[in-house]
Amino acid sequence: MVTTTKTPDLNRVRTTTVSDSRGYRIFQVVNTTALVLIAALTLYPFVNLVAKAFSSEGFIVAGQVNLIPRGFNTTTFTAVMSDEMFWLNYRNTVVYTVVATIIAMALTTTFAYALSRHELRGRAFFIGIAVFTMFFNGGLIPNYLLINALGFKNTIWAIVIPNAISIFNLLIMKSFFENFPKDLEEAAAIDGLTTYGIFGRIVLPLSKAVIATMVLFYAVSFWNNWFQAFLYMDRSDLYPVTVYLRNLLAAATSTESMGADSAQIAANVQAVTMVLTVLPIVCVYPFIQRYFVSGVMLGSVKG
Amino acid sequence: MAALTTPERAPAQAPPEGPRKGRRRDGRPSVWRSVKRDWRLYSFLVLPIVYLAIFKYTPMAGNIIAFRRFRPGGSIFGDEWVGLHYIEQFLNDPTFWRVFTNTLILGSLTLIIVFPLPIILALMLNEVRTRFFKRFVQTVSYLPHFMSIVIVAGMVLQLTSLNGSINQLIEALGGEPVSFMQDADWFRTVYISSEIWQTVGWGTILYLAALTTIDDQLYEAARIDGAGRWLQTWHITLPGIRPTMMVLLILNIGQFMAVGFEKILLLYNPLLYPTADVIATYLYRVGIGSGSYSYSTAIGLFEALIGVTLVLSANAISRRVSGSSLW
Repeated sequence: MVTTTKTPDLNRVRTTTVSDSRGYRIFQVVNTTALVLIAALTLYPFVNLVAKAFSSEGFIVAGQVNLIPRGFNTTTFTAVMSDEMFWLNYRNTVVYTVVATIIAMALTTTFAYALSRHELRGRAFFIGIAVFTMFFNGGLIPNYLLINALGFKNTIWAIVIPNAISIFNLLIMKSFFENFPKDLEEAAAIDGLTTYGIFGRIVLPLSKAVIATMVLFYAVSFWNNWFQAFLYMDRSDLYPVTVYLRNLLAAATSTESMGADSAQIAANVQAVTMVLTVLPIVCVYPFIQRYFVSGVMLGSVKG
Repeated sequence: MAALTTPERAPAQAPPEGPRKGRRRDGRPSVWRSVKRDWRLYSFLVLPIVYLAIFKYTPMAGNIIAFRRFRPGGSIFGDEWVGLHYIEQFLNDPTFWRVFTNTLILGSLTLIIVFPLPIILALMLNEVRTRFFKRFVQTVSYLPHFMSIVIVAGMVLQLTSLNGSINQLIEALGGEPVSFMQDADWFRTVYISSEIWQTVGWGTILYLAALTTIDDQLYEAARIDGAGRWLQTWHITLPGIRPTMMVLLILNIGQFMAVGFEKILLLYNPLLYPTADVIATYLYRVGIGSGSYSYSTAIGLFEALIGVTLVLSANAISRRVSGSSLW
């Protein structure tokens, strides 16, 4: 498993010196068309969601909202935003995400750094017990019983601790630290820095890229998490916004499967809640995309 | 003062310092001395190891309740041995076999349909000549990966509803609207489609990375030998990404039994159970819903063992056949 710290350029395009055959030129046209279609199909659900969020319910029920809002209004936004529970749950999501990311980063960086040092006796063993959990976890029920036995039910700990270390992220970080120039650390040691000093004053400041990547990986996964909260929180004021949304959808589907249309949670209310939930991610997404790519690359396997 | 000795390759290569007190005959310091010398480094391990022990290995040991009777409020490791009682119970449970079959079907469909698509998309992107266009398609196709599963479920429910976009398209083409989410026959199609939408774009990343490592000189040589585009793809590009394919295939086979549990939990309703209910959702209902902890743990253990067996066999076969493997 060879790893690289240099991010390969995924946008590299191959050019050719020989003129293409006619068949290949036709292929180019077909290929480009297909890719445009794929991109359009990928974006469509998002566009449809935004269109519904700004439409009035009558047009949605009549099945007339696809790409552009019909009966444009922003009252649904005002209605959803005036729900106190929604904001409380939104705040919970922010708090859970921040706390969980801090805990996860503290554990992952120290663990990854220790595992990256070859002088650590038992290194292979420690890596082994970490990687083993990737392939075999306790399963739903034993985990559930453990969290309850620890008294984590209805506390923030049920959400921020059980998933604190993602082994995948740990391995990415470990390979980054392994590629860290040894001379720097050795020079620092000669200058009298302890392991703590080397880690805190040399290694961490020079690992900003990988740290940023990991923070993003963790933050997005905690932001999107709903199942942990769904299992361990039974008070609605502790829900993250994802569970709030899940309950909206569940209310809508249960009435629909009973064949009643009247009691349904309005589709535009659902749409607005979804838009507000994904908004932060969509806003930062363009800026963080390259970090995600380089993060995956850092741990990427090359033949 | 920590003396930094970093044996780069074989640990037997002692740093050339001459023998010191407390060294074993092979030149490595004893364990005790290593810990004493690098205690700060070991202190980094304490919290993560405690975490792994409590939150990963304790639940693993907790699977013992598949063979023991669990009393609410009692020990999480159960109270008394009941042997294979719960195993027999689920093997005689017709519902279990239904969800087992559903799991196999959804798992196979995912592996056969969803797994190859990122490879195709990566190859298509690889032929694009315009940088900007390539970057645009990539950016768009990664986006669904970052959506919470709840959002994806919400979108699926909206698009498939009676007045949703899909039914509008059907009506525009002169068909009758379909109530997708109340019709068990449609669930697999809906599930696989949403899986494709969410995972395929992100899945191209590793393949695109592998594609960038292929040496251009190989293509050059093939062109001189008269190979056209298709032959080049077949003889150079595909072998170039084979190791990546194999590793991802093994990982995917490992996920085979754990079909999109959260997504199904959000999407399904009793009308869809005949096709949508899988092992994971069934054990969730039986365990968390009805509190039959031992019984559902037995089912979960069975599922996990199949998963581990699949990974190990896939890995062994791949190592034998293609030479690439996880370990």
